[in-house]
Amino acid sequence: MIDKVTPDIAAALADIPDGATVMIGGFGRAGQPVQLIDALIDQGAGDLTIVSNNAGNGDVGLARLIELGRVRRILCSFPRQSDSWHFDAKYRAGQIELELVPQGNLAERIRAAGAGIGAFFTPTGVGTAIAEGKEHRVIDGREYILEYPIRADFALIQAYRGDRLGNLVYRKTARNFGPIMAAAATTTIAQVDEVVEVGALDPEAVITPSIFVDRVVPVGERPWLEGGEFVGGVDVNGEPLERGGAEDHGREA
Amino acid sequence: MATRISRGELAARIAADIPEGAIVNLGIGAPTLVADRIPEGREILLHTENGLLGMGPAPAPDRVDPDLINAGKQPVTALPGAAFFHHADSFGMMRGGHLDVCVMGAFQVSQRGDLANWSTGEEGAIPAIGGAMDLAIGAKAVYVMTDLLTKDGQSKLVAECTYPLTGVRCVSRVYTDYAVFDVTPAGFAVVERFGDTTHEELESMTGLSLGGAA
Repeated sequence: MIDKVTPDIAAALADIPDGATVMIGGFGRAGQPVQLIDALIDQGAGDLTIVSNNAGNGDVGLARLIELGRVRRILCSFPRQSDSWHFDAKYRAGQIELELVPQGNLAERIRAAGAGIGAFFTPTGVGTAIAEGKEHRVIDGREYILEYPIRADFALIQAYRGDRLGNLVYRKTARNFGPIMAAAATTTIAQVDEVVEVGALDPEAVITPSIFVDRVVPVGERPWLEGGEFVGGVDVNGEPLERGGAEDHGREA
Repeated sequence: MATRISRGELAARIAADIPEGAIVNLGIGAPTLVADRIPEGREILLHTENGLLGMGPAPAPDRVDPDLINAGKQPVTALPGAAFFHHADSFGMMRGGHLDVCVMGAFQVSQRGDLANWSTGEEGAIPAIGGAMDLAIGAKAVYVMTDLLTKDGQSKLVAECTYPLTGVRCVSRVYTDYAVFDVTPAGFAVVERFGDTTHEELESMTGLSLGGAA
């Protein structure tokens, strides 16, 4: 019987070696595989190349991984955030290598890797600093630059529900990089709110087919949901709304 | 004396130019103000790069859904008829020429329509591009929404951009607090001046020879 469900989150990440290339899903907080990143911090692998849209926020998650000096290189489109101080510090100190990629090129390069495309010509970035040193071609009168796929050894993504075969569905804009990263990595590890029975996911609505997923880690329902229904009561970072003027902004989470 | 209009008035002016049925992407910051000023009864669809077509206004504070945000990572809603999609599809919509209009901010726009809005090239600054380069070359019409002058009084309309480029020959029209400018083969042309602003004052502020009715 095929069973990709891996309830032990440490076991799910145990084989990520030093020097691995790891994709991390999410756009801001939405779709971020929070528990998997925390488990990667505990797991200890270093000298990592990270592929992710952003470079971490606050003192947690990817920001913490960077603070700990475990990330050698990052490919992302938008590292600068109001609270990206750990990335900022490492970057200014020359302790992290950055490949800045326009967001659509980042997405398409990831997609290309999963789809077996050798390289592709894109108009995005023509005439800008990111085109320097790249092959140019004029096709039907328009100028393009050649971009290569981005592959990874592991992808850590967040989905809403999954089954033991690895089929996944997402929730709203949390889908973002999940489906393309799942296809682009040798080993894809998805954290889900809930594992459902095979057959419970409508085949017409499956977003990531099981073939792209290797491990499914159930982490429990998130605070703004109840039995799969949206109940709210949280801020945009998923922290409970403050009651009675509490000063805690959830930084310890 | 040249007259300026407010950000809100400028947003309303831009909204007035967005036609019925348009698919529109509004950049982070001031361009988001345009959404609230679309004339009553006009149906447009808002696209956000992180995977939503049919974006609605911000929810009430107790109805914020961390799984439902916009490109600025602020909470939004999804209107009836909305669709969610992954990033490669979302940027395919841009690059593939499916968006009718995008509205973005700018550091500089050159008279041939080059846009600089992602970096001032400042020493030690953390670079970030996001979706700006894809939007700039992808949308059928690229509208820039900006103050005409920087805080130091420098014109953002320039002969040649000195900041790193976002896209080449991509801007269609520039909406500023003093006037609206079209990018034409002959350079900037004044489409509309606000209040008492004169053509000569605009030429003086930009240091450029401007087309359009004087």
